[in-house]
Amino acid sequence: MQNVVAHQRKKLPIFARIESITKHGDRVWTGLNIGMSLVVVLLMLLVGILLWQDSASSRQAFGFSFLSPFTEAAWNPVENNFAAWPFIYGTFITSLVALIIAVPLSIGIAIFLSELCPPWLRTPLNLLVELLSAIPSVVYGLWGIFVFLPLVITPLGQFLGSTLGSVPLLGSLFSGPISASGSSRLAAGVILAIMILPTIAAVTRDVLLAIPSSQREASLALGATRWETISRVLLPYGISGILGAVILGLGRALGETMAVTMVIGNSIGASASLLKPGYTMSSVIANEFAEAVSPMHSQALIEVALILFLMTLILNIIARLLIWSVARKSTSAVRV
Amino acid sequence: METTLINNSFASNPAVNASSAVHSTPYTFPKEHDLATLPIKMEVKDLSIYYNKFKAVEGISLAFPANQITAIIGPSGCGKSTLLRSLNRMTELIPRAHVEGSVFLDGENLYAPGTDVVELRRRIGMVFQRPNPFPMSIYDNIAYGPRLYGVKKRGTLDEIVETSLKQAALWDEVKDKLNDSGMALSGGQQQRLCIARALAVEPDVVLMDEPAASLDPIATLKIEELMQRIKANYTIIIVTHNMQQAARVSSFTAFMMMNEQRAGTLVEFGETTSLFTNPKHKQTEDYVTGRFG
Amino acid sequence: MTEMNAVVPSVATKVSHIQSHKGFRRRKAVNWVMLALTGLITLLAVVPLFWIIGYVVAKGGQYINLDFFTQLPRPSGIPGGGVLHAIEGTLLLTFFAALIAIPIGLFAAFYAAYHPNTLLGTLLRFGTDVLSGIPSIVVGIFVYALVVKPSGHYSLLSGSIAMAMIMLPTIIRTTEEMIKLVPVNLREGALALGAPEWKTALQVTLPAALSGILTGFLLSLARATGETAPLLFTALGNDRFNLSRMISSGVSAGQSIFAIIGNILEQPVDSLPLTLYKYSQDPNIDRINQSWAVAFVLVILVLTINIVARVWVEARAARLRQ
Ligand SMILES: Nc1ncnc2c1ncn2[C@@H]1O[C@H](COP(=O)(O)OP(=O)(O)OP(=O)(O)O)[C@@H](O)[C@H]1O
Ligand SMILES: [Mg+2]
Repeated sequence: MQNVVAHQRKKLPIFARIESITKHGDRVWTGLNIGMSLVVVLLMLLVGILLWQDSASSRQAFGFSFLSPFTEAAWNPVENNFAAWPFIYGTFITSLVALIIAVPLSIGIAIFLSELCPPWLRTPLNLLVELLSAIPSVVYGLWGIFVFLPLVITPLGQFLGSTLGSVPLLGSLFSGPISASGSSRLAAGVILAIMILPTIAAVTRDVLLAIPSSQREASLALGATRWETISRVLLPYGISGILGAVILGLGRALGETMAVTMVIGNSIGASASLLKPGYTMSSVIANEFAEAVSPMHSQALIEVALILFLMTLILNIIARLLIWSVARKSTSAVRV
Repeated sequence: METTLINNSFASNPAVNASSAVHSTPYTFPKEHDLATLPIKMEVKDLSIYYNKFKAVEGISLAFPANQITAIIGPSGCGKSTLLRSLNRMTELIPRAHVEGSVFLDGENLYAPGTDVVELRRRIGMVFQRPNPFPMSIYDNIAYGPRLYGVKKRGTLDEIVETSLKQAALWDEVKDKLNDSGMALSGGQQQRLCIARALAVEPDVVLMDEPAASLDPIATLKIEELMQRIKANYTIIIVTHNMQQAARVSSFTAFMMMNEQRAGTLVEFGETTSLFTNPKHKQTEDYVTGRFG
Repeated sequence: MTEMNAVVPSVATKVSHIQSHKGFRRRKAVNWVMLALTGLITLLAVVPLFWIIGYVVAKGGQYINLDFFTQLPRPSGIPGGGVLHAIEGTLLLTFFAALIAIPIGLFAAFYAAYHPNTLLGTLLRFGTDVLSGIPSIVVGIFVYALVVKPSGHYSLLSGSIAMAMIMLPTIIRTTEEMIKLVPVNLREGALALGAPEWKTALQVTLPAALSGILTGFLLSLARATGETAPLLFTALGNDRFNLSRMISSGVSAGQSIFAIIGNILEQPVDSLPLTLYKYSQDPNIDRINQSWAVAFVLVILVLTINIVARVWVEARAARLRQ
């Protein structure tokens, strides 16, 4: 007994500590694993809780009218009156433009990458598509402001304004004129399309690659052309996964901030036109939060963040369920 | 009576045989059937198939008589599937595979430049080892092929679906649930669905790669009966592992084996009964008597 | 052999519904047009990539010089100066973010890989997915509410936490995948020899999965380095940030190293993307030119990391395939 104590005394405290830790190594290890996992789970919960709490007075003051398209009162920090509809509309319309452009293009890319591309070209092309998503969003914004908008969006906007601007129903979406700088909802939508394209394309490509080759063989052996095989067998087979990819892309578009903030013009115009400047939920937060004039103002902005969080949360859940359902289908494709 | 097949004229295309001289793989002509009187549907000439640099099939020459069932047997890995898939140019789907030699369908070389694979695959249908129905309804599975070829009228499609399913002996089991998913059928039913789907585009030749390999004996029997029933209208080429099956269903059998370079070669080709009861080659005898692989 | 023939009645002659050449040309034309279209679209998609990279390199490259990397900014309107403060800020932010995210991510990934079906495992996977989907601006607001508001000031620390949250999901996912790829028998072999779980994990599993895990770290680092939105209300930006003066004054005041680090963590800092954003909004042309130079640095940095990481992955995969 004495011996043991003496033995322990001889050691430097730090070594004794290490020894005692390693003796319980597995318990410490498990503890750390569980602890850190809990941190992640708590973090997720905390995001919801904090955003909910910190928007309490805004939620109480404005209630549902905060979200309603029919609210008369506008977003007015000076009069402490807040209604988020213009931003919800901006987010919705820019994301819609982005999807309309990006979805067909991404599916085309995914088809090329998974079905047609010669093997030697596949790796470099995959890399290029991935790099497109690696470029920081501020760089897209900078390039947008000074290069893409004046060169592409302004002429495109003028063209759309003069052609579609007078069409009965659609006209209000294209009533011009677009400003010389090109800053507009259209610009934001197009830049968003470029930014979400790699996301949708990469996931769709993986969905197509996960389809068993026996499906392709079955169709080709019946004398279908490649395109018929793709359009009549592969795309229907992977449809829910592709939908998942689109929703993931939509989630990215909804939350994208910097590039949009830099090209959308940041104003709550009365016009709903795509050719006019606007605001999205994320861009209004980026622009106003640091300089919020009153506690109610920042609370209202946090409420906007809360809505954004809930929207992306729901979209993510749907997307994962869809992609997951494809993965399940491919393993049970043959029931023997 | 005993002559080499290659020296016989192919009824469908007499012009072809003038060029065919001595051949590396000797095989003898079956006694009972005079092949000279049997029309030949497909002919393979000096066919070699490579995966990248690996030669999987070497110098095979063979003829498949029309409206007969021909079996291809041999140990695993000897290139049976490879050979079969080259008959409707499915080999092309494998990126680095290539084919040397020629395959004739009614005297036309499938590998001649300008041949259209889409058209030829309609004439040469294929059934795979594992059933691979599309995830659509039973009806749409069968109608898939005809729709490609422009059959749009509901009545015609209904008729095609019904005849195809009847030929495949599946009609009675599924006629009340044509709109159910093809994936919801049992394995044996799925395989018959796939056969019906292949028949629906009215091919001349049906290639089957171990169609019963994943099925139980009863389902296997159904497929074998089916083959007997439809052979009057189709030329059937079946790859099988199962020698009893080959003996049961086929009129002619080709036996393949790997040579020293692991390339598949044809050892013996002849009428099934004589190949099983009176093999010409030691290797064939060893294999059919079960002393090999 | 032929008995069966007799038993089973044969189906009567075929009636042909299919004319083999009907519509054949059209089908082939459609096929070619559509296939060519997908190729064209793919080509079209890489146009913006080359356009952006080309323009940024050509334009930004002009304004790159030694001062740019070594000088602090001058007041707007006075030409010259550099973005040393933002480079230091980015390095510090990334360093502390990695310091926070890597241990959490690593431990959580081990848990996710070995206990996927427990309640916590399911929640963890869900939490990881949720975190990866949160818009980065919302992360910024969240960390503001979590750290900045209670502490009363913007800081490097809060910026690092925000960036760590951006990195975390990628780290957990790639690490988990890599751990799962390690052959089970390797791990079981070690456990069977009586090695404790933690030693097996650190000495057998981790080294086997290391290069994959590092790739994941690199990619998440690259992504976080380019982020702006989470820093807007956390690190805020600070063009008077001067690391060397802070260190030297700390040392001369006899402060301990922990006190100095603590002091630095309390400061608001700038980062390269933040600087790019602010300079691009500046009416002054020098500032705009410098924002192109920053874009140049960012693009080169991010692309290099990405290419290196992916080529590395590809090379390893090729080696494994052999
Ligand atoms: N896609 C491929 N790439 C490379 N080699 C292949 C490929 N498919 C088959 N092989 C090789 O070609 C040879 C013949 O294969 P094949 O599938 O034709 O044999 P098989 O006779 O059908 O065998 P089994 O009876 O087992 O189905 C084998 O050595 C096989 O490894
Ligand atoms: Mg085979």
